[in-house]
Amino acid sequence: MKIKSPKDFWSGLMFLGFGLFFVIWAAIYYQMGTAVRMGPAYFPVLLGGLLAVLGLLILLESFVVEGPPVPAFALRPLILLSVGCVLYGYLMKPLGLFVATLALVVVSAFGGHEFKWKEVLILYAILMLGSWLVFVRGLTLPFPLCPDFIANCPIR
Amino acid sequence: MEIFNNLVMGFGVAITPIHLLYALIGCLLGTLIGVLPGIGPVATIAMLLPITFNLSPVAALIMLAGIYYGAQYGGSTTAILVNIPGESSSVVTCLDGYQMARQGRAGPALAVAALGSFFAGCVSTLIIALAAPPLAEVALKFGPSEYFSLMVFGLVAATVLAHGSLIKAIAMVVFGLLLGIVGTDVNSGVLRFTFNIPELSDGIGFVIVAMGMFGTAEIVANLELKDKREIFTKDVKNLWPTKEDFKRSWAAVMRGTALGSFLGILPGGGALLASFGAYTLEKKMSRHPEQFGKGAIEGVAGPESANNAGAQTSFIPMLTLGIPSNAVMALMIGALMIQGIAPGPQVMNEKPQLFWGLIASMWVGNLMLVVLNLPLIGMWVKLLTVPYRYLYPSILVFMAIGVFSLSNNAFDVLIMAVFGVLGYICVKLECEPAPMILGFILGPLMEENLRRAMLLSRGDPMTFIYKPISAGFIIAATILLIVVALPAIRKKREEVFVEEA
Repeated sequence: MKIKSPKDFWSGLMFLGFGLFFVIWAAIYYQMGTAVRMGPAYFPVLLGGLLAVLGLLILLESFVVEGPPVPAFALRPLILLSVGCVLYGYLMKPLGLFVATLALVVVSAFGGHEFKWKEVLILYAILMLGSWLVFVRGLTLPFPLCPDFIANCPIR
Repeated sequence: MEIFNNLVMGFGVAITPIHLLYALIGCLLGTLIGVLPGIGPVATIAMLLPITFNLSPVAALIMLAGIYYGAQYGGSTTAILVNIPGESSSVVTCLDGYQMARQGRAGPALAVAALGSFFAGCVSTLIIALAAPPLAEVALKFGPSEYFSLMVFGLVAATVLAHGSLIKAIAMVVFGLLLGIVGTDVNSGVLRFTFNIPELSDGIGFVIVAMGMFGTAEIVANLELKDKREIFTKDVKNLWPTKEDFKRSWAAVMRGTALGSFLGILPGGGALLASFGAYTLEKKMSRHPEQFGKGAIEGVAGPESANNAGAQTSFIPMLTLGIPSNAVMALMIGALMIQGIAPGPQVMNEKPQLFWGLIASMWVGNLMLVVLNLPLIGMWVKLLTVPYRYLYPSILVFMAIGVFSLSNNAFDVLIMAVFGVLGYICVKLECEPAPMILGFILGPLMEENLRRAMLLSRGDPMTFIYKPISAGFIIAATILLIVVALPAIRKKREEVFVEEA
């Protein structure tokens, strides 16, 4: 058998996988209950089953109906932008807003078409000042500003 | 004359200085992100949701609503001057608006778009005021089986109207429903699909999912495109349309408003569908269909009126039934829940200030937009010259701040990144994220109502058929599905969406 529509093939597989996962996980770990008194597994098993069936249909259709190929993934921006965001989150508590913002701006800027240090640093300065003034001073969000190891943060 | 009194009360709320200020902020932000391609109202509203926690409910909703309809105004500017849809609902405006700009008639195109939008905004505000109270009255009588069937109907309709493959859209809805029930089961207290991660015991945050699926995923998709822009700024001199322009466009504005208002109410409707529908309608009605795509002013007037009308009437199901008809309305429900207000028909009676204040503010906001937009076009256009490489890190910073501030927890940002990757995969596989978001917000509600309905009927699923209103929704949903699945219509539907894209 030949895959005629790769987009459908992969999305079918994805839905089938997620559907089966929800059904099996719910059936093993949670109580089914009855239709009158539904247990925690009832609804997920129902929906997971439906998702698996839909996924299977899409999968089977991909062998019959012609479709376009899956376009190439832009892995570089995808990875760098995601990493930038995650860094922001996990650097915030130990190192404070200013360092976290620096990490996010620099890492995500590497994901773009062109990278110039000067531009990126100016952009960082603007965004850092902006988030400090608007969100911390203006909207009083309780973000740490300085790194943990500085006992008395001079910036408020 | 109760409506009249209610509207007066609404205006009383809407024109207090603080609410005027938030309406203005919302409208300006909406226009800004409408003008800028690559960031839409869904991502913006998701970003601002955590911040609205500090506002009063009225101010929060007024601002968020302003972003949605403001984006409809802004989107047309980019479409006409740069031939890029600043907003997905302005895709069709590119066709004729850009051609008008190339003929040196950018001014009239912009003016007609703004005036048409304003007219549509006024009419649809009135429609909300007239249609919402009786609908809420009916909805108050709904029991769990009616609500469950209504949600089934809403989700089915949303998939039918979604782009691309029907079966994939349904799968995305079901996937969304499943993700929505992650967290503590309210009935048994059992933690479901949390994998012993304490952060997941309250469920996956809706804002986080929306920002990942619509924010990060879209930015990456945008970064793949090399931007080439040709802007017709110096041609924006003579704004005022000629008599001939007015004569040709007034009927299109009327038709666009009517069609847009209707399509906005439907589940899955809203601005996007309205503008596509209106363009097709204008082309069919015109005595000169050959002019379309070459600078026909009707092709700007119709869709631009329709998208604004649709943006506003899509508030009706959200306000009266508590059911979102599109992703933006799902976020509005999120905003209500952040404020501790359970969305549903009772909102109108329990919070009349909120309800009527919001409606009145839409009219006020539309007035602000039409007054502000035309003189400020030069400024908006300047913004378009800002390269995307400055823009996207800024958007990411705002998103990261928004998500982190939800509970000051890095885990939320991680989840956003995960959904960003998932959203990007979905874009590549042509699976629409919008139906998933609707499913996500309705998941817990559906389960709750299904449980209650089955408990009341002692486990008899026929309860959904025996109750007339519920049966009506189920039958309507079934008919919709069958009709769309018919080969002839299926082909036609795919043609329509291909033509649009």
